[in-house]
Amino acid sequence: MATVKVRIPTPLQKLTGGLGEVDGDGNTVKDMFESLETKYPGIKERIYDEEGTMRRFINVYVNEEDIRFLNGEGTELKDGDDISVIPAIAGGI
Amino acid sequence: MADFTDDQIFRYARHIILPEVGGIGQEKLLNARVLCLGAGGLGAPVLMYLAAAGVGNIGIVDYDVVDMSNLQRQVIHNSDRVGELKVDSAKTFIEKLNSDVNVITINEKLTSANILDILKDYDIVVDGSDNFPTRYLVNDACVMLNKVNVHGSIFRFDGQVTVFKPKVGPCYRCLYPEPPPPGMVPSCQEAGVLGVLPGVVGSLQAVEVIKEIIGAGEDNSLVGKLLLYNAMKAEVRKLNIRRDVNCPVCGDNPTITELIDYEQFCSMPAVEI
Repeated sequence: MATVKVRIPTPLQKLTGGLGEVDGDGNTVKDMFESLETKYPGIKERIYDEEGTMRRFINVYVNEEDIRFLNGEGTELKDGDDISVIPAIAGGI
Repeated sequence: MADFTDDQIFRYARHIILPEVGGIGQEKLLNARVLCLGAGGLGAPVLMYLAAAGVGNIGIVDYDVVDMSNLQRQVIHNSDRVGELKVDSAKTFIEKLNSDVNVITINEKLTSANILDILKDYDIVVDGSDNFPTRYLVNDACVMLNKVNVHGSIFRFDGQVTVFKPKVGPCYRCLYPEPPPPGMVPSCQEAGVLGVLPGVVGSLQAVEVIKEIIGAGEDNSLVGKLLLYNAMKAEVRKLNIRRDVNCPVCGDNPTITELIDYEQFCSMPAVEI
Protein backbone atom coordinates (compact mmCIF):
# COMPACT_ATOMS: atom_id res chain seq x y z
CA MET A 1 0.00 0.00 0.00
CA ALA A 2 1.29 3.45 -0.90
CA THR A 3 1.85 6.14 1.70
CA VAL A 4 1.32 9.63 0.37
CA LYS A 5 1.31 13.20 1.62
CA VAL A 6 -2.13 14.80 1.58
CA ARG A 7 -2.48 18.58 1.71
CA ILE A 8 -5.66 19.54 3.51
CA PRO A 9 -7.31 22.85 2.55
CA THR A 10 -7.89 25.43 5.28
CA PRO A 11 -11.68 24.89 5.56
CA LEU A 12 -11.17 21.15 6.28
CA GLN A 13 -8.33 21.51 8.75
CA LYS A 14 -10.70 21.54 11.68
CA LEU A 15 -11.28 17.86 10.89
CA THR A 16 -7.55 17.06 10.98
CA GLY A 17 -6.87 18.78 14.28
CA GLY A 18 -5.50 21.83 12.50
CA LEU A 19 -3.01 19.88 10.38
CA GLY A 20 -2.45 21.18 6.87
CA GLU A 21 -0.61 18.02 5.83
CA VAL A 22 -1.40 14.46 6.82
CA ASP A 23 -0.25 11.01 5.73
CA GLY A 24 -2.65 9.02 3.60
CA ASP A 25 -2.58 5.31 2.75
CA GLY A 26 -4.01 3.53 -0.25
CA ASN A 27 -3.25 2.29 -3.70
CA THR A 28 -5.83 4.56 -5.30
CA VAL A 29 -7.25 7.99 -4.55
CA LYS A 30 -10.52 6.35 -3.50
CA ASP A 31 -8.77 4.00 -1.04
CA MET A 32 -6.73 6.85 0.31
CA PHE A 33 -9.84 8.91 1.17
CA GLU A 34 -11.44 5.83 2.78
CA SER A 35 -8.43 5.42 5.05
CA LEU A 36 -8.38 9.16 5.78
CA GLU A 37 -12.02 8.94 6.90
CA THR A 38 -11.14 6.35 9.55
CA LYS A 39 -8.42 8.64 10.93
CA TYR A 40 -10.34 11.90 10.52
CA PRO A 41 -14.07 11.16 10.62
CA GLY A 42 -16.19 13.62 8.64
CA ILE A 43 -13.63 14.41 5.99
CA LYS A 44 -15.21 12.17 3.37
CA GLU A 45 -18.57 13.91 3.41
CA ARG A 46 -16.83 17.21 2.77
CA ILE A 47 -15.20 15.81 -0.35
CA TYR A 48 -18.04 13.56 -1.57
CA ASP A 49 -21.70 14.51 -1.91
CA GLU A 50 -24.72 12.51 -0.72
CA GLU A 51 -24.64 10.37 -3.87
CA GLY A 52 -21.02 9.46 -3.24
CA THR A 53 -19.58 11.46 -6.12
CA MET A 54 -16.74 13.90 -5.59
CA ARG A 55 -17.96 17.44 -5.11
CA ARG A 56 -17.46 19.48 -8.23
CA PHE A 57 -16.02 22.54 -6.54
CA ILE A 58 -13.16 20.50 -5.06
CA ASN A 59 -10.31 19.22 -7.17
CA VAL A 60 -7.82 16.56 -6.20
CA TYR A 61 -4.36 16.69 -7.70
CA VAL A 62 -1.81 13.90 -7.65
CA ASN A 63 1.46 15.78 -7.79
CA GLU A 64 0.67 18.50 -10.37
CA GLU A 65 -2.15 16.70 -12.21
CA ASP A 66 -5.93 16.90 -11.67
CA ILE A 67 -7.26 13.34 -11.18
CA ARG A 68 -10.22 14.15 -13.46
CA PHE A 69 -7.71 14.07 -16.31
CA LEU A 70 -5.94 10.98 -14.99
CA ASN A 71 -8.06 8.05 -13.90
CA GLY A 72 -10.40 9.86 -11.47
CA GLU A 73 -10.77 8.20 -8.09
CA GLY A 74 -9.16 5.11 -9.56
CA THR A 75 -5.92 7.01 -10.11
CA GLU A 76 -3.15 4.85 -8.71
CA LEU A 77 -0.85 6.18 -6.05
CA LYS A 78 2.75 5.41 -5.29
CA ASP A 79 4.84 6.07 -2.20
CA GLY A 80 5.70 9.70 -1.76
CA ASP A 81 3.01 11.13 -4.05
CA ASP A 82 1.91 14.63 -3.16
CA ILE A 83 -1.89 14.89 -3.02
CA SER A 84 -3.57 18.31 -2.98
CA VAL A 85 -7.22 18.87 -2.18
CA ILE A 86 -8.07 22.30 -3.60
CA PRO A 87 -11.54 23.85 -3.24
CA ALA A 88 -12.80 26.81 -5.25
CA ILE A 89 -12.48 30.11 -3.41
CA ALA A 90 -14.25 33.26 -4.50
CA GLY A 91 -13.00 36.08 -2.29
CA GLY A 92 -11.66 39.25 -3.77
CA ILE A 93 -12.41 42.22 -1.59
CA MET B 1 9.75 53.52 -32.23
CA ALA B 2 6.38 54.71 -31.13
CA ASP B 3 5.40 58.32 -30.94
CA PHE B 4 6.21 58.96 -27.28
CA THR B 5 6.44 62.35 -25.66
CA ASP B 6 9.64 63.18 -23.77
CA ASP B 7 7.72 62.78 -20.52
CA GLN B 8 6.57 59.33 -21.56
CA ILE B 9 10.07 58.22 -22.50
CA PHE B 10 11.22 59.37 -19.07
CA ARG B 11 8.25 57.87 -17.22
CA TYR B 12 8.44 54.46 -18.89
CA ALA B 13 12.24 54.32 -19.27
CA ARG B 14 12.57 51.21 -17.07
CA HIS B 15 10.08 49.40 -19.31
CA ILE B 16 11.48 50.65 -22.57
CA ILE B 17 14.99 49.39 -21.78
CA LEU B 18 13.67 45.91 -21.00
CA PRO B 19 14.09 43.81 -24.17
CA GLU B 20 10.87 41.93 -23.33
CA VAL B 21 8.87 45.17 -23.24
CA GLY B 22 10.72 47.83 -25.21
CA GLY B 23 9.13 50.73 -27.02
CA ILE B 24 6.84 48.36 -28.89
CA GLY B 25 5.58 46.76 -25.68
CA GLN B 26 5.09 50.13 -24.05
CA GLU B 27 3.08 51.30 -27.03
CA LYS B 28 0.93 48.18 -26.71
CA LEU B 29 0.38 48.98 -23.04
CA LEU B 30 -0.64 52.56 -23.86
CA ASN B 31 -3.12 51.28 -26.44
CA ALA B 32 -4.50 48.44 -24.31
CA ARG B 33 -8.05 48.26 -22.98
CA VAL B 34 -8.38 46.42 -19.69
CA LEU B 35 -11.52 46.03 -17.60
CA CYS B 36 -11.06 45.53 -13.88
CA LEU B 37 -14.01 43.91 -12.14
CA GLY B 38 -13.95 45.15 -8.58
CA ALA B 39 -12.02 48.05 -7.06
CA GLY B 40 -11.48 46.21 -3.79
CA GLY B 41 -8.72 44.06 -2.36
CA LEU B 42 -7.64 42.52 -5.66
CA GLY B 43 -8.67 45.49 -7.78
CA ALA B 44 -6.53 47.91 -5.77
CA PRO B 45 -3.10 46.51 -6.71
CA VAL B 46 -4.32 45.59 -10.21
CA LEU B 47 -5.42 49.17 -10.87
CA MET B 48 -2.37 50.65 -9.21
CA TYR B 49 0.16 48.67 -11.24
CA LEU B 50 -1.71 48.77 -14.54
CA ALA B 51 -2.03 52.54 -14.22
CA ALA B 52 1.64 52.89 -13.30
CA ALA B 53 2.58 50.69 -16.26
CA GLY B 54 0.72 53.02 -18.59
CA VAL B 55 -2.17 50.79 -19.59
CA GLY B 56 -3.97 53.42 -21.61
CA ASN B 57 -7.61 52.53 -21.08
CA ILE B 58 -8.81 51.09 -17.82
CA GLY B 59 -12.46 50.34 -17.07
CA ILE B 60 -13.48 49.83 -13.46
CA VAL B 61 -16.70 48.09 -12.45
CA ASP B 62 -17.82 48.37 -8.83
CA TYR B 63 -21.04 49.45 -7.20
CA ASP B 64 -19.82 49.71 -3.61
CA VAL B 65 -18.68 52.68 -1.53
CA VAL B 66 -15.43 52.96 0.42
CA ASP B 67 -15.80 51.73 3.98
CA MET B 68 -13.30 52.15 6.82
CA SER B 69 -12.98 48.35 7.09
CA ASN B 70 -11.77 48.23 3.46
CA LEU B 71 -8.64 50.23 4.19
CA GLN B 72 -6.84 47.31 5.86
CA ARG B 73 -6.15 46.05 2.31
CA GLN B 74 -7.68 48.24 -0.41
CA VAL B 75 -4.68 50.53 -0.74
CA ILE B 76 -5.95 52.81 -3.52
CA HIS B 77 -8.64 54.22 -1.23
CA ASN B 78 -7.97 56.29 1.88
CA SER B 79 -9.55 57.62 5.05
CA ASP B 80 -10.65 60.87 3.40
CA ARG B 81 -12.67 58.97 0.82
CA VAL B 82 -14.78 56.82 3.15
CA GLY B 83 -18.35 56.97 1.84
CA GLU B 84 -17.27 57.83 -1.72
CA LEU B 85 -18.06 55.49 -4.61
CA LYS B 86 -15.16 53.08 -5.03
CA VAL B 87 -15.04 53.74 -8.77
CA ASP B 88 -14.66 57.48 -8.12
CA SER B 89 -12.04 56.95 -5.43
CA ALA B 90 -10.14 54.62 -7.75
CA LYS B 91 -10.34 57.13 -10.58
CA THR B 92 -8.95 59.90 -8.36
CA PHE B 93 -6.05 57.64 -7.38
CA ILE B 94 -5.22 56.70 -10.97
CA GLU B 95 -5.44 60.25 -12.29
CA LYS B 96 -2.94 61.42 -9.68
CA LEU B 97 -0.62 58.54 -10.56
CA ASN B 98 -0.65 58.72 -14.34
CA SER B 99 -2.54 61.11 -16.60
CA ASP B 100 -1.82 58.88 -19.61
CA VAL B 101 -4.58 56.56 -18.40
CA ASN B 102 -8.11 57.05 -19.63
CA VAL B 103 -10.32 55.80 -16.78
CA ILE B 104 -13.86 54.63 -17.45
CA THR B 105 -15.96 54.16 -14.32
CA ILE B 106 -18.93 51.82 -14.30
CA ASN B 107 -20.85 52.11 -11.05
CA GLU B 108 -23.06 49.12 -11.66
CA LYS B 109 -23.60 45.63 -10.41
CA LEU B 110 -22.64 43.13 -13.11
CA THR B 111 -25.60 41.10 -14.29
CA SER B 112 -26.50 38.82 -17.17
CA ALA B 113 -28.34 41.81 -18.65
CA ASN B 114 -25.43 44.27 -18.74
CA ILE B 115 -22.18 42.28 -18.76
CA LEU B 116 -21.85 41.62 -22.49
CA ASP B 117 -22.30 45.28 -23.26
CA ILE B 118 -19.78 46.28 -20.58
CA LEU B 119 -17.11 43.73 -21.61
CA LYS B 120 -17.29 44.15 -25.36
CA ASP B 121 -15.05 47.22 -25.53
CA TYR B 122 -12.10 45.63 -23.70
CA ASP B 123 -9.29 43.24 -24.64
CA ILE B 124 -8.67 41.73 -21.24
CA VAL B 125 -10.86 41.26 -18.18
CA VAL B 126 -9.39 41.09 -14.68
CA ASP B 127 -11.67 39.26 -12.29
CA GLY B 128 -11.31 40.66 -8.80
CA SER B 129 -14.89 39.97 -7.81
CA ASP B 130 -15.86 38.44 -4.51
CA ASN B 131 -18.59 35.86 -4.99
CA PHE B 132 -19.38 32.70 -6.95
CA PRO B 133 -22.35 33.94 -9.02
CA THR B 134 -20.21 36.78 -10.41
CA ARG B 135 -17.27 34.41 -11.05
CA TYR B 136 -19.43 32.15 -13.24
CA LEU B 137 -21.15 35.12 -14.91
CA VAL B 138 -17.78 36.66 -15.81
CA ASN B 139 -16.43 33.33 -17.04
CA ASP B 140 -19.34 32.60 -19.32
CA ALA B 141 -19.39 36.12 -20.72
CA CYS B 142 -15.63 36.02 -21.38
CA VAL B 143 -15.93 32.69 -23.21
CA MET B 144 -18.86 33.97 -25.28
CA LEU B 145 -17.01 37.18 -26.20
CA ASN B 146 -13.60 35.45 -26.52
CA LYS B 147 -11.97 37.67 -23.88
CA VAL B 148 -8.96 36.74 -21.80
CA ASN B 149 -9.95 36.52 -18.11
CA VAL B 150 -7.16 37.01 -15.59
CA HIS B 151 -8.51 35.35 -12.48
CA GLY B 152 -7.52 35.87 -8.86
CA SER B 153 -9.28 34.70 -5.72
CA ILE B 154 -8.42 34.73 -2.04
CA PHE B 155 -9.47 33.13 1.21
CA ARG B 156 -7.80 33.76 4.58
CA PHE B 157 -4.13 33.05 3.72
CA ASP B 158 -4.71 31.30 0.39
CA GLY B 159 -4.69 32.76 -3.09
CA GLN B 160 -5.37 31.26 -6.53
CA VAL B 161 -4.31 32.90 -9.79
CA THR B 162 -4.75 31.72 -13.37
CA VAL B 163 -5.43 33.00 -16.87
CA PHE B 164 -8.45 31.71 -18.73
CA LYS B 165 -7.91 32.11 -22.47
CA PRO B 166 -10.84 30.85 -24.52
CA LYS B 167 -9.99 28.13 -27.05
CA VAL B 168 -6.39 27.98 -25.81
CA GLY B 169 -6.77 26.76 -22.24
CA PRO B 170 -9.47 25.84 -19.73
CA CYS B 171 -12.19 28.17 -18.45
CA TYR B 172 -13.41 28.60 -14.88
CA ARG B 173 -16.08 25.93 -15.41
CA CYS B 174 -13.46 23.45 -16.63
CA LEU B 175 -11.62 24.06 -13.37
CA TYR B 176 -14.67 24.18 -11.09
CA PRO B 177 -17.75 22.80 -12.88
CA GLU B 178 -20.09 23.76 -10.05
CA PRO B 179 -20.00 26.20 -7.14
CA PRO B 180 -19.99 24.98 -3.55
CA PRO B 181 -23.38 24.57 -1.91
CA PRO B 182 -24.42 27.71 0.01
CA GLY B 183 -22.84 27.84 3.45
CA MET B 184 -20.09 25.34 2.71
CA VAL B 185 -17.44 27.98 2.02
CA PRO B 186 -17.49 31.01 4.31
CA SER B 187 -16.91 34.45 2.78
CA CYS B 188 -13.87 36.59 3.58
CA GLN B 189 -16.16 38.78 5.65
CA GLU B 190 -16.98 35.79 7.84
CA ALA B 191 -13.58 34.11 7.70
CA GLY B 192 -11.21 37.05 7.54
CA VAL B 193 -8.40 37.71 5.11
CA LEU B 194 -4.83 38.82 5.65
CA GLY B 195 -4.77 42.37 4.30
CA VAL B 196 -1.65 42.00 2.22
CA LEU B 197 -2.81 38.72 0.62
CA PRO B 198 -4.95 40.43 -2.05
CA GLY B 199 -1.97 42.75 -2.57
CA VAL B 200 0.17 39.77 -3.57
CA VAL B 201 -2.54 38.02 -5.58
CA GLY B 202 -3.69 41.19 -7.34
CA SER B 203 -0.08 42.03 -8.18
CA LEU B 204 0.32 38.57 -9.74
CA GLN B 205 -2.81 39.28 -11.80
CA ALA B 206 -1.34 42.61 -12.92
CA VAL B 207 1.83 40.82 -14.05
CA GLU B 208 -0.23 38.39 -16.13
CA VAL B 209 -2.24 41.22 -17.70
CA ILE B 210 0.92 43.04 -18.73
CA LYS B 211 2.44 39.82 -20.14
CA GLU B 212 -0.72 39.21 -22.13
CA ILE B 213 -0.62 42.74 -23.55
CA ILE B 214 3.03 42.64 -24.56
CA GLY B 215 2.63 39.14 -26.00
CA ALA B 216 4.87 37.16 -23.67
CA GLY B 217 3.32 33.96 -25.02
CA GLU B 218 1.31 31.12 -23.54
CA ASP B 219 4.40 29.13 -22.54
CA ASN B 220 5.25 31.84 -20.07
CA SER B 221 1.72 32.62 -18.91
CA LEU B 222 -0.65 31.03 -16.42
CA VAL B 223 -2.88 29.69 -19.21
CA GLY B 224 -3.45 26.07 -18.17
CA LYS B 225 -1.74 26.58 -14.81
CA LEU B 226 -3.24 27.29 -11.42
CA LEU B 227 -0.85 29.22 -9.22
CA LEU B 228 -1.44 28.71 -5.52
CA TYR B 229 -0.01 31.05 -2.94
CA ASN B 230 -0.16 30.39 0.78
CA ALA B 231 0.92 33.42 2.76
CA MET B 232 1.23 31.60 6.08
CA LYS B 233 3.52 28.92 4.71
CA ALA B 234 5.31 31.30 2.30
CA GLU B 235 4.60 28.70 -0.37
CA VAL B 236 3.99 29.12 -4.10
CA ARG B 237 3.00 26.16 -6.27
CA LYS B 238 1.71 25.61 -9.78
CA LEU B 239 -0.70 22.87 -10.79
CA ASN B 240 -1.75 21.86 -14.30
CA ILE B 241 -5.34 22.57 -15.28
CA ARG B 242 -6.94 21.44 -18.48
CA ARG B 243 -9.73 22.36 -20.83
CA ASP B 244 -12.62 19.94 -20.46
CA VAL B 245 -13.86 18.93 -23.92
CA ASN B 246 -17.24 18.32 -22.27
CA CYS B 247 -17.37 21.76 -20.64
CA PRO B 248 -20.90 23.17 -21.05
CA VAL B 249 -19.52 26.59 -22.00
CA CYS B 250 -16.13 26.19 -23.72
CA GLY B 251 -16.24 22.49 -24.64
CA ASP B 252 -16.53 21.01 -28.11
CA ASN B 253 -20.33 20.93 -27.96
CA PRO B 254 -21.39 23.70 -25.59
CA THR B 255 -24.84 23.45 -24.05
CA ILE B 256 -24.78 26.89 -22.43
CA THR B 257 -24.66 29.40 -25.27
CA GLU B 258 -26.30 32.32 -23.58
CA LEU B 259 -26.04 33.77 -20.11
CA ILE B 260 -28.14 32.18 -17.38
CA ASP B 261 -29.38 33.19 -13.93
CA TYR B 262 -26.17 32.88 -11.90
CA GLU B 263 -27.70 33.58 -8.50
CA GLN B 264 -30.01 30.65 -9.11
CA PHE B 265 -27.16 28.49 -10.47
CA CYS B 266 -25.18 29.16 -7.29
CA SER B 267 -28.23 29.22 -4.99
CA MET B 268 -26.82 32.41 -3.53
CA PRO B 269 -26.99 36.15 -4.13
CA ALA B 270 -24.15 37.91 -5.91
CA VAL B 271 -23.05 39.83 -2.86
CA GLU B 272 -20.57 39.01 -0.17
CA ILE B 273 -22.83 37.41 2.42
